[in-house]
Amino acid sequence: MNGESPEQPRIGRDEWVASAAERRARTVASRVQDVVEGTPAAVKLVAFALPFAVFPLLVESDYLMQVGIDTLIFVLLALGLNVAVGWVGLLDLGFVAFFGLGAYLYAALASEYAGRDWEAQLAIPLIAVAVAATGFLVGLPSRRLVGDYLAIVTLFFLQMWLVVLINASFTRGPNGISDILPLEFFGRSVTSLDGYFYVALVAFVAIVSVLYLLNQSRTGRAWRALREDELAAELMTMPVNRLKLMAFAVGAGVAGVTGAIFAPVQGAVFPASFDLVLLITLYAMVVLGGAGSLVGVTVGAVLINASLEALRDPSDASWLFYGVVVVALLVMLRPRWLPPVVLGGTIVFGLVAHELAQQWRPSLVAGAPFGEARIDELVESWVLLPENLVTPDGLPTGAMGRLAYIGLIAAVLGLTLVRSRLWRSVGLVPVLYLAACVWENMLLAQPAVARFVLIGAMLVALMAVRPQGLFGRQRVEFA
Amino acid sequence: MDWDKLVQLLVNGVTLGSVYALVALGFSMVYGILKLLNLAHGDVLMVGAFIGWGILGWLGGAQDPSVAVWLLLVLMVLAAMAGCGVLGVAIERFAYRPLRRAPRIAPLISALGVSFFIQNTVLLLYGANFRSYDTVDLVDVEVGIHWGPLNVWVIRLVVIGAALVMMVGLWLLVTRTKLGKAMRATAFDREAAAMMGIDVDRVIVKTFFIGSALAGAAGVLVGLVFGQINHFMGFNYGLKGFTAAVVGGIGSIPGAMFGGLFIGLADAFSVGYIEDFTRGRLGSAFSDLVLFLILIVFMLVRPQGIFGKPEVKKV
Repeated sequence: MNGESPEQPRIGRDEWVASAAERRARTVASRVQDVVEGTPAAVKLVAFALPFAVFPLLVESDYLMQVGIDTLIFVLLALGLNVAVGWVGLLDLGFVAFFGLGAYLYAALASEYAGRDWEAQLAIPLIAVAVAATGFLVGLPSRRLVGDYLAIVTLFFLQMWLVVLINASFTRGPNGISDILPLEFFGRSVTSLDGYFYVALVAFVAIVSVLYLLNQSRTGRAWRALREDELAAELMTMPVNRLKLMAFAVGAGVAGVTGAIFAPVQGAVFPASFDLVLLITLYAMVVLGGAGSLVGVTVGAVLINASLEALRDPSDASWLFYGVVVVALLVMLRPRWLPPVVLGGTIVFGLVAHELAQQWRPSLVAGAPFGEARIDELVESWVLLPENLVTPDGLPTGAMGRLAYIGLIAAVLGLTLVRSRLWRSVGLVPVLYLAACVWENMLLAQPAVARFVLIGAMLVALMAVRPQGLFGRQRVEFA
Repeated sequence: MDWDKLVQLLVNGVTLGSVYALVALGFSMVYGILKLLNLAHGDVLMVGAFIGWGILGWLGGAQDPSVAVWLLLVLMVLAAMAGCGVLGVAIERFAYRPLRRAPRIAPLISALGVSFFIQNTVLLLYGANFRSYDTVDLVDVEVGIHWGPLNVWVIRLVVIGAALVMMVGLWLLVTRTKLGKAMRATAFDREAAAMMGIDVDRVIVKTFFIGSALAGAAGVLVGLVFGQINHFMGFNYGLKGFTAAVVGGIGSIPGAMFGGLFIGLADAFSVGYIEDFTRGRLGSAFSDLVLFLILIVFMLVRPQGIFGKPEVKKV
């Protein structure tokens, strides 16, 4: 077909599709995506696993090792959730119950409370099968329910599970089970954090390989067909119900294995570890990376967990905040000279506002930042830091903090409605400054809450701006 | 048979039921028009409860209100309705409208995000402690009906009455006005409605305003009867309100009223009788278990609800 001239229409190549592909090719994200998709799967796996494999050799601190293990656990969970949500398009709101079930089953098989001491090579496969079977049972309603009803029923299952966990005596209620034995493979216990890290890493490599092969198989293709159009898939004689149940079972099995690793890492299981907050965090991971893409989901989980960890320390959190703002401006604003102008304008605006406040209302700049690093000193001379705006617990003392916060939300939303590029850029300057003030005064005061506020906002913004996430393919749906 | 307990549970159930019915109406209207499960609806209710609480505090608090009690109650409800209506419109405009043509799962995830955002915003601004309406200081518990085993606090009567008035008002709006006709047309077939000259976007915005205003009112009513509010209360009411809408038949107004009553009574009775039925083995904390089991079975057996018609899939 080399002699074909470009003007002639080609078979199977629709003009609209071609123009969409052309538009797509212009963005940075899609170029990255093409590179990722062009790389062989084995290379990608090594590229991911290698940094993790050397991580314990480079890191000394126990805290960072714990973060590493948590990251891997989140990655595993996100991969499990991706099966139902990303590949089959079922909104499973009960997913964390499977994770909890895996963890509690491990506690039932290997803890002093249960009086049993099963070895991991028996316990983990058993738990995987048992939780997958539970997933199958919970998935049964999906045969009759579509979309949103299914979401609600799975949410019922999660609530029922939590009710049992919190109130039943055999789970020891909210106190949880706290004397869980460490993982033991063929008589050798895993005792160090490094050991657990490698167990989680092996689980990651194994599970991601299985999921990859599954996705490449007939079943994987059928799942995607089901996601795009259930009715059409059924008409093509695909066993729709069985496919849905399989997706539930596979996702649940992954969550169960993860739970069985999570329980001995923590040494204890509590009902509070398996609640809606975890569920929504997992959704954020899956969606940020790109539902349906293994690379995307993995990257999303790592990114979000790393950001959540960074948000614990005020100075790190500030770096993260200003970094994300600058990157977002660079990526979103066109033409290219605009981001530096807006950033410069914001800095000047802030300095002027700070100077004016010092002249007229010194109380507005009398407070102190939450961190003590270099960035906080810079911030102190730029952002308005009113005295006693929040209590030591971080709650606003008066109306000013609340008004600033709500005003910021209103301003950001209002700004998205401004059509003219000039006015939007002009409006961006005070909004950015207000955001910095609210960040330094209110959000840093309660980092634990601020991270969830940000996750919620991110989910909404992502769905509106780039629903396919960082690595997902854009899907077109005709109404 | 313990008649006092039975009657008390009945009264509890009807009170709860009228609140659930208000929530169910909002769900039902939005679902009818957009086919969208507005997971943030319960959180709108929570915001309404906080607005009512704010107005109460601003007008002197429950111990020493600066206006007459009836006026105070009316102001609280109206402020919550207005605030939540605006909130609902904002949610629709910024979280759902950009996703009209997206795959079905996208608005649901966006709704999860909105719900999480609102909850944590209130947590950030007001903290995790329960806030109290102190309604017993406003109206004494003894004021009300005392007739044999029937003892009803007047606030409960107010709540049931207010819910009834709003439901009848909504029913009149939907069946008798031009806007109601436009709403029904849009719910039936959005594209055909648009071709008939109905401004679909405006109808959707008004639907969100009305539905969210009802949720806001429900929030204040919850606060008045049960006294305690916090940032997470919306989840429970949202979940049960949605189920009420499904039980009654989504999209049907009498269905939502009936469903609310059904869930309210089921809720109250499962709390009241679970210990007797299981001979003390399961405490009242397990009542949700029974309720959810009933609901799952119901959704499987009759997903279109009592008053709904089975949906025919169009290709």
